[in-house]
Amino acid sequence: MSLSFSERKAALKSGRLDIKSLVDVALEHTRRNAHLNAFITLMSELAYEQAGRVATRLLNGEYPPLAGVILAVKDNIALRGVRLTCASKILENYISPYTATALQRLIDAGAVVIGKTNLDEFAMGSSTEHSAYGVTLNPHNLERVPGGSSGGSAAAVAAGVVTSALGSETGGSVRQPAAFCGILGLKPTYGRVSRYGLTAFGSSLDQIGVMSSDVEEAAHIFQAMAGCDANDNTTSPTPVPDCSALSEFALEGLRIGLPVEYFGEGIQPAVRNTIEKAAAVLRRSGAVVSECSLPHTKYAIPTYYIIAPAEASSNLARYDGVRYGPRFEGENGEDIIRASRQAGFGAEVKRRIMLGAYVLSAGYYDAYYKKAQRVRRLIRQDFSEAFRNYDLLMTPTAPTTAFKIGEKIASPLAMYLSDIFTASANLAGVPAISLPIGSDDKGLPIGMQLIAQDFREDLLFRTTKRIIELINI
Amino acid sequence: MRGYKLKVTPDEVGHIADLARLCPSVDEKLRLAEQMSQIVEFVEQLNELDTSDVEPLHHVLDLHSVLREDEPQPSLPVDEALMNAPARKGDYFRVPRVIEKG
Repeated sequence: MSLSFSERKAALKSGRLDIKSLVDVALEHTRRNAHLNAFITLMSELAYEQAGRVATRLLNGEYPPLAGVILAVKDNIALRGVRLTCASKILENYISPYTATALQRLIDAGAVVIGKTNLDEFAMGSSTEHSAYGVTLNPHNLERVPGGSSGGSAAAVAAGVVTSALGSETGGSVRQPAAFCGILGLKPTYGRVSRYGLTAFGSSLDQIGVMSSDVEEAAHIFQAMAGCDANDNTTSPTPVPDCSALSEFALEGLRIGLPVEYFGEGIQPAVRNTIEKAAAVLRRSGAVVSECSLPHTKYAIPTYYIIAPAEASSNLARYDGVRYGPRFEGENGEDIIRASRQAGFGAEVKRRIMLGAYVLSAGYYDAYYKKAQRVRRLIRQDFSEAFRNYDLLMTPTAPTTAFKIGEKIASPLAMYLSDIFTASANLAGVPAISLPIGSDDKGLPIGMQLIAQDFREDLLFRTTKRIIELINI
Repeated sequence: MRGYKLKVTPDEVGHIADLARLCPSVDEKLRLAEQMSQIVEFVEQLNELDTSDVEPLHHVLDLHSVLREDEPQPSLPVDEALMNAPARKGDYFRVPRVIEKG
């Protein structure tokens, strides 16, 4: 799809372009890119139905804000009447009886959904290798992972099948695959976007995010789905700032902090150099860029791997082979539950449930879970203190570019550490975006992360747009 | 297999699996004991921090109860709630007997 969001909108308005042809093109691209295994379920019939409704609205002189947006959706977000697998065998034939609030808002705003994308099972993973439906390949290099857990959405956008997709984050699952695939990925402030219809993993961390190759389209999608929802009482009543008008933004005087903890050992030199070069470009454009510190950064992954599994072990208790999912027979109810869970969940999901049950169990609760909650406060305080002096923080999104398929699958801990620069924002609740900023000598994309204060997604989008313009010139 | 005692033993794995309603095989228990030990040892670096004066953070937002008027609203029809059931009988999920006749 070569037209930008605004060009496409203008073409639709003037009648030079029709919405059904956009669906045709996207579906043709899914066929051409089938080898990437980005999709779990394609829904062409429903897509044409939705497109028909948008076409009628256009004929009636109505121009819905997202008319012309063809969307892919991570398969842990519910859409009524469509299979919702979470890339798990335990939900293989589950048909969702309702639609997630965020997705419904996008459909109401004129977006058309063409399919559900692959992910690490229940969004637990950083490579999309932990899927019961096979691994997704990185379009930039077919031997590499697309990142995860929203790897299917990232690959679909990077391959040009769609311009935008929905992903979800618990600890970097939008930003890290966005970085690995060379696209944009926004993790909104916790409480900004409704979680109703997003399959629960770590409820104090989960957020739906947007992944895109077009910053304006991403901002419009975010704008349409953000805000209070009666079905999710953790959504914030804070008004959503206008993110749709991104032009006319000057970097002059913008205070940007480079947290020193994100530039230390273990970072691939090409990644560090690229971010430093970008910092120099920003300085020349009038931004005030200086080093700062988020002293508890190294504790983010250990804190995350207590809190997220603890919440997961509780959230995934609902998969019991009784109300939905395949049931494995047993002599009594207990046997059925055990057999269904043992056979229905994959290895990584079971590992996290076990970890969560361990840190919450009698005798360990204070030592692990409560301890992690205390450190979580320190991590949030790091950000509050940094934002007294800075408008934005700028870091690499991941320490390396995309790794090889199979490279980290044998070591859960090595896999967990690929989220070392992204997990903090989830623990602190602050919004963060990853944007493509260059590539290494193998041609693999490098992502840069911008982090803002609570509810300042508008600043993330405006700065991102400006940086993309500057870097491309 | 390592030469020293695992932080999480296969017996403990068995106990936790019981709590989590999972039933790993003997081999899986051994592998989980190794992997969980490695992860637990890793997360224990949090003990480097003195957090005695830090309140636990349960939630990043100031959460408060959200109530609505107690008015009936449309809800999921029974047939839709049951459409994914592996076994049903009438308007119910079907499971083996859980209460024995006394």
